Amino acid sequence: MTAGLDGDAAAYRMLLERLSQHLRSYYRGRLSRVGRGDFEAEDLLQETLLAIHTRRHTYDRAEFFTPWMHAIARYKLIDYLRHTNSSYRDVPLEDAGELTSHADHDGVESSIDLRRLMARLPVKMQQAIKYVKLDGLSVAEAARRSGMTESAVKISIHRGLKALSAVIRPEHKT
Amino acid sequence: MKTDDLVNMLSTNVEVVDQRLVSRTIAGAIAVGAVVALGASLVMLGGRTDVWTAEALGFMIAKLAFAVAVAALAFFYLTRFARPAGSRRGSIALVALPFVGIVGLAAISLANAPAGHWQVMFMGNEWLECLLSIPIIAIVPFALVVWAVRQAAPTDLRRAGALAGLIAGGLSAAGYALHCTADSLPFVAIWYSGTIMLCTLAGAVLGPRLLRW
Repeated sequence: MTAGLDGDAAAYRMLLERLSQHLRSYYRGRLSRVGRGDFEAEDLLQETLLAIHTRRHTYDRAEFFTPWMHAIARYKLIDYLRHTNSSYRDVPLEDAGELTSHADHDGVESSIDLRRLMARLPVKMQQAIKYVKLDGLSVAEAARRSGMTESAVKISIHRGLKALSAVIRPEHKT
Repeated sequence: MKTDDLVNMLSTNVEVVDQRLVSRTIAGAIAVGAVVALGASLVMLGGRTDVWTAEALGFMIAKLAFAVAVAALAFFYLTRFARPAGSRRGSIALVALPFVGIVGLAAISLANAPAGHWQVMFMGNEWLECLLSIPIIAIVPFALVVWAVRQAAPTDLRRAGALAGLIAGGLSAAGYALHCTADSLPFVAIWYSGTIMLCTLAGAVLGPRLLRW
């Protein structure tokens, strides 16, 4: 994680891949107890990954990583259940062992349609995210193509991902 | 969307992250909030005019010290509670320290005064003004601190909201102290503490709605 915070993309990718596996099995286990399927677990997993990414500045390097990640995972689970009308409100504290088990990776797709959600963002944010995060261009290159300054591109990516993680959340059903 | 695609997207061109962003954002919000609270009190209520006598100055400094201590302790805890799992270490009970202190000092000052004066010492002439002013002045600082905490990732929304309310109450009380001429410690112990706690309670109630992410 610390390497990822310093901008090491390979280390960061590895971290997210491992987190995906852990969190997938965690969410599938929890949601299956309340009769929710794997698709919902995948939605929740993706929402949580996006949250971990956009809020990774809240991780304090002096602390352990697992409790930080686990607190987000649990927070997102409770939030998800609460806002999708579940009576399963009291999620007990789990031990870390459940988080470290591996689930099979069978490629379930979430119901989240990234391109549709992206279309809701301002054009600048769409462009910045598309160039830098999807097409893999450098920030400088993206700035040249879109006619924005480099810092504007960075800010657009940052705000765009935050906005995505906001629209990805389950809506209030009350 | 496949989760692999999301992971790909997120780990492409990863930005370096600023480690001190959480504390800095909250501190910035508090600084602006303090200016707003002090300004609001001076402009709307007016500073006290008798501040140049030693006794009045002493009381004003005491009130300011109490209010600043409340806000400073709450800030310290909020930098933890604004982060996931931030509540794991230590107890939050220390935020009560300034309140215990002021109640202790108030008790001493009551013990040294004749019982006939107690009524005036408790109520002063402006308890109603204090009761209204502190929560009203606290609104803008509260909004600023809540905005700052929303940039972080609190997982205990009720406590984080309460701490935001506590900070706003402390800042507001500091502003109000520039105006308040009720120079008695029991007055401060009851009305300042009471209104700050009211702000804290409001923060705890609003926290889960305002801080959700």
